[in-house]
Amino acid sequence: MDLLAFGNTGWGDELFFATLMTIAVSITAMIIGFFFALIFTPLKFTKNKFLNFIGNSYTTIIRGVPELLVIYLLFFGGSGAVMYVASIFGYNKYIEINAFLTGSFAIGIISGAYSTEIFRGAIQSIDKGQFEASKVLGLKKPVHFFKVIMPQMLRLAVPNLSNVWQITLKDTSLISVTGLVEIMRQSYIAAGSTRDPLFFYSFAAVLYLLLTFLSMKLINKLEIKYRRGY
Amino acid sequence: MDFELMASSFPKLLNATLVTLKLLSLSVIFGLILGLFFAILRLNKNIFLNRFSYFYSYIFRGTPLLVQIFIIYFGLGQIEFLRSSFLWIILKEPYWCAIIAFSLNTGAYTSEILRSAFQTINKGFIEAGDSLGISKKIIFYKIQIPIAIRQSLPAYGNEIILMLKGTSLASTVTLMDLTGVAKYIISTTFKPIEVFIVAGGIYLFMTFIIHNFIRYLEKKYSY
Repeated sequence: MDLLAFGNTGWGDELFFATLMTIAVSITAMIIGFFFALIFTPLKFTKNKFLNFIGNSYTTIIRGVPELLVIYLLFFGGSGAVMYVASIFGYNKYIEINAFLTGSFAIGIISGAYSTEIFRGAIQSIDKGQFEASKVLGLKKPVHFFKVIMPQMLRLAVPNLSNVWQITLKDTSLISVTGLVEIMRQSYIAAGSTRDPLFFYSFAAVLYLLLTFLSMKLINKLEIKYRRGY
Repeated sequence: MDFELMASSFPKLLNATLVTLKLLSLSVIFGLILGLFFAILRLNKNIFLNRFSYFYSYIFRGTPLLVQIFIIYFGLGQIEFLRSSFLWIILKEPYWCAIIAFSLNTGAYTSEILRSAFQTINKGFIEAGDSLGISKKIIFYKIQIPIAIRQSLPAYGNEIILMLKGTSLASTVTLMDLTGVAKYIISTTFKPIEVFIVAGGIYLFMTFIIHNFIRYLEKKYSY
């Protein structure tokens, strides 16, 4: 238990902050993914062939390629891309992007692809009458989407989004390869300096189990709220 | 766009694909056996076996695959008892550690898929077997298992694709699989986009094949 002591003698506080970092990255990634899904879901429904192709390629590519490869692409290519855009605006100095942002963005792109598929499924299972009714009422497009379709879509999507949350939470362990100090990275550091990998990796597993368990409890409450009559 | 790099890295990446495919096929086979075993335990009325199976799938589904690989590859070597036993021949190889971790992981997901398939089998099939006087054992092997496998094909296809992506984690324990080689080329040439296109293309091609193969099986065994 000495290994987990808080302060300079143990790894308790480090692991505690690492856990907070994992939660922060997961939430940020989930929010980024949500925005990606909001952008790409309509593309899956448009009649414009080109936009439709973009929407379909996004989900197919991201869901068919390993997460680690996407992370490497952003990690190695991210600062290059930002510097390229900056050079267009006449800024030619070296820009280093924050590991937190790159990591959340990478995981966000991945969770966005899963969320897009879920939103698509949810919209498809909304009663056709709802679309027709809002058309007949002459609602404007934004009102139609935000006030009629989105609330029903979210209600249908919440149970499946909880799966995406679990996937996202577990995927954050992968950004430890970029050096961001979350649970996995911190365990790696601790295991390296104490020569006790079995203990620290098992403890990391316990932390992840705790996170998935607690978030499951929370989501169940949310689901009950969204399942309420209609 | 550096097309020369893309062309020159293609054979290297294709070679590494063999490692990925080996990892995938072995872990899917072991995972299916484990999954079937634990799904049957899950249906058992014995509360101890039942809980044990539930616990197994809960732990492996609730933690990241990366943690599981690290525990097996870095962690197990710490146990003196294992180091002196014959198991050490297997556990010192990153290749087998990766396969053990992948098999246990996909086994947990497979057991859940098969369990739900077993539970949704139409009772009529079992009753029909009963009334024909077929023994319980044969009903299980000849009626329940084939139907459960058919029912779980779509979900199982997804699991195989997830596992294909999971094998990329083998690169974290020094194995040179498709992702491992891709990362190596990226870090030596600093051309991430080109390498990503080639390696990602190979992964997508494999996903495409698996997807269509499962579709074909679904059609073949539809009833």
